[in-house]
Amino acid sequence: MAEVRAEMVANVWKIVVAEGDTVEEGDTLVILESMKMEIPVLAEDSGVVAQLKVAEGDVIQEGHLIAVIE
Amino acid sequence: MFDSVLVANRGEIARRIIRTVQRMGLRAIAVHSEADADLPFVTEADDAVLLGPAAPAQSYLDVDKVIAAARATGAQAVHPGYGFLAENASFARAVTEAGLVWIGPAPEAIERMGDKINARNMMESAGVPVAAGTREPVGALTEAVRAAERIGYPVMVKTAGGGGGIGMGVAHDEESLGKAFEQASRAAARFGGAQDGTSRAILLERYIERARHVEIQILGLADGTVVALGERDCSVQRRHQKVVEESPSPGITADLRERMLAAAVRAGEAVGYRGAGTVECLVDADAQDFVFLEMNTRLQVEHPVTELVTGLDLVEHQIRIAAGEVYALEARPGGHAIEFRVYAEDPKRFFPGPGKIDVWEEPSGEGVRVDSGYVAGNTVTPFYDPLMAKLCVHGATRDEAVARARTAVAAFKVEGPKNNLPFCAELLDDPEFVSGDYDTGLVSRMRKAR
Repeated sequence: MAEVRAEMVANVWKIVVAEGDTVEEGDTLVILESMKMEIPVLAEDSGVVAQLKVAEGDVIQEGHLIAVIE
Repeated sequence: MFDSVLVANRGEIARRIIRTVQRMGLRAIAVHSEADADLPFVTEADDAVLLGPAAPAQSYLDVDKVIAAARATGAQAVHPGYGFLAENASFARAVTEAGLVWIGPAPEAIERMGDKINARNMMESAGVPVAAGTREPVGALTEAVRAAERIGYPVMVKTAGGGGGIGMGVAHDEESLGKAFEQASRAAARFGGAQDGTSRAILLERYIERARHVEIQILGLADGTVVALGERDCSVQRRHQKVVEESPSPGITADLRERMLAAAVRAGEAVGYRGAGTVECLVDADAQDFVFLEMNTRLQVEHPVTELVTGLDLVEHQIRIAAGEVYALEARPGGHAIEFRVYAEDPKRFFPGPGKIDVWEEPSGEGVRVDSGYVAGNTVTPFYDPLMAKLCVHGATRDEAVARARTAVAAFKVEGPKNNLPFCAELLDDPEFVSGDYDTGLVSRMRKAR
């Protein structure tokens, strides 16, 4: 199980995957936006997206849980 | 001369404009979002109006709210700064229609230069060299492939209406062109679609491998003459965005400089330009040749570099020209100036790092100028661009400017948000930068070498 957390304060611009999706290491899970920059959040392991804890438009803080990959 | 200026911007540039407005004896009016209420540009202005929530669309980009703020405070003129509404022709028109003075070029000049394809074709007619590229917008990938074969790889793919490097990509072959085209199309749909259909279009241009980004500052005077105030070399870039700028450029010969300044004057005259503008060019460092890239119809972030070498206050001239004051101007640049953009971002990967500022101590001393948007206790929020301050140095020679920069960077203390001051220090020790013989690939080479 791998937790994916936000590295910075950001807005959630786009959700790319859905719960239940199978992802490969390096796949984009969500795209954040902070300070006019798009920041893709990538899966660090291959697996299934067990939980997706953010929605488009959310403002998240550094350390906020974005997804759980199992 | 009008007696008051509303500054339709935020952060360091709003503060810097307000300083000149007040020095000229005029009343400075700030507008701000809820997120910016305690920033220096708000507290230092003579009057301030809350526009709305943090999101730019509900505050700094809301034309009706800005015009209403001008009416409510009795402002007589509007300075747009850079970014936000600065290159929005409808805003310029709305300001004029409200009976206010627009401190900027005519809306027609903004429109003509805002569309990069149109601008490029116009410059070519005016005798300004342009890169081999598409004359018309490219709609589909198949068209792009045909165009790239005609121009010759590598090609630069960019959006016709976008700026700041958003959506730009280099393609070395048909496969990478597909990727770059898709990326540019997404960016065009998202960032460039606000104005009209043409700004969503894609443009292809011949890509120069060892390129320097050199731009010319022009000033269109009230009597119609255009003067060139020297160049700025902006080749230190990350993600196609500038980090460090200097003047004079260490990478062009006197002969090339003369040709570039003359072309910039022709470019300005071709659009009947009034006020401060910048003609951006790409220089082929090996061939010592240049092509027109785009014209920015506003004050530029890095304008202090020009101010330091010419001794002119560009904001003062913008205001005097907008007020219709007629005078002649001659620029005699002297010495060497360098500007470092102090961004709230990590110094390794350049990812944004907003946060509360616990410590903020600016350097000072001979030849040091800091334009900052924040003081200790402020918070850098994720809603706007990451620029916190501009650290500028001036010296008699480039070596002296570099030495002063090293001292100033070391003395600049910022704690709280991540910041790129360690990168600035690293750059000042990089042999390629110190030699002056660098190009736009410098930062990515520095990161690969690690």
